[in-house]
Amino acid sequence: MNGVHDMGGMHGFGPIERELDEPVFHHRWEARTFALRQACGALGKWNIDMSRHANERMAPAEYLRATYYERWFAGLQTLLVENGVLTCSELESSESAGAAPAGLVAFSPERVEKAVRAGRNYRVDVSVAAGFAVGARVLARNINPTGATRLPRYVRGKVGIVDRDHGVFIFPDANAAGQGHKPQHLYSVRFSAHELWGQSARRDCVYLDLWEDYLERV
Amino acid sequence: MSDDDHDDHDGSHFSDMELRVRALESLLVDKRLVNPETLDRLIDTFENQLGPRNGARVVARAWVDPAYRQRLREDASAAIAELGYTGMQGEHMVVVENSAQVHNVVVCTLCSCYPWPVLGLPPVWYKSNAYRARVVIDPRSVLSEFGVQLADDVEVRVWDSTSEVRYLVLPERPAGSENLDEEQLAALVTRDSMIGTAKL
Repeated sequence: MNGVHDMGGMHGFGPIERELDEPVFHHRWEARTFALRQACGALGKWNIDMSRHANERMAPAEYLRATYYERWFAGLQTLLVENGVLTCSELESSESAGAAPAGLVAFSPERVEKAVRAGRNYRVDVSVAAGFAVGARVLARNINPTGATRLPRYVRGKVGIVDRDHGVFIFPDANAAGQGHKPQHLYSVRFSAHELWGQSARRDCVYLDLWEDYLERV
Repeated sequence: MSDDDHDDHDGSHFSDMELRVRALESLLVDKRLVNPETLDRLIDTFENQLGPRNGARVVARAWVDPAYRQRLREDASAAIAELGYTGMQGEHMVVVENSAQVHNVVVCTLCSCYPWPVLGLPPVWYKSNAYRARVVIDPRSVLSEFGVQLADDVEVRVWDSTSEVRYLVLPERPAGSENLDEEQLAALVTRDSMIGTAKL
């Protein structure tokens, strides 16, 4: 979606504020929010792409104003209700209105270490012909999906060079929409600063990871 | 719970985030959907176990062992796993090397993607609107704010982490470090140098 989260290239946000030796979590509620997202995600009702998209769908002015964990908390509420884990009235009242949906198993403490160390494989073990070779010139398509996408607006319609083929991966746009993995090649594509921003005599560039469906031959 | 949970400023533009989060946690625990001990263990892992000291060891190893550096180039995930760093948000690693000609810097413009197994959770500035918006369009002004000045003939490469691939910058080994051992070298490596917003 063309949301405010897609902020590459925006102006006006001012200096980058930094805190020396900042704690991992500034408040206990932030730590609990982080952990709740992981634990609820482990219920298996949504995938990581749906999870990111829930954050993106926060009302734009609220998203821009919110701190990072406020966005996570808002997204978590969205995910819990949309996936039927909680009802709207339970969320608002903070009181259970009945039994939880059947088949949901709480993420047990004993599984935490292994789950964090294992992660999840986003590669898909299927043979898919690569549409582009390393060194190929490619155009990032001018698509404007209303659902989740990982194609930022600043690169659409721009021409780059394929620098690397990462292999076959889950396609997030389909995964977020519940349409399955739609496995396809994922490429690291290099775009010159001049191509992206219309200026710059320097040699600077931006590399983006882009799926086959985002690209066209030039 | 500690006193800072009852600050006037609980770090939020919305009122009572502490109460709202506790209420949601209680509800989920009551419904047996979440185990509070699981939450404690997750928090402990990310507060105390994962962090940039992991990435620093990868960097130091690459500096002293050319064969290891080559393995990082060929399959960074496997090479990093040799040191025991694997998993969530680091399943698919790529290491990008700084040199006299090239300076790399990493961002996630769309959210906050960051290589957790080697760097832990990202600092607030990395997740900020200002960094996400500006580093792709004007990396040199961002680097300048961080105290990094680069000559015009240096190529700046910004890596926008749009996929599950995670990027770690291999900074240049600082001059004068020739006699340090691997552990001493690792102590020199800062988190920001592995994101690309610092040189050592």
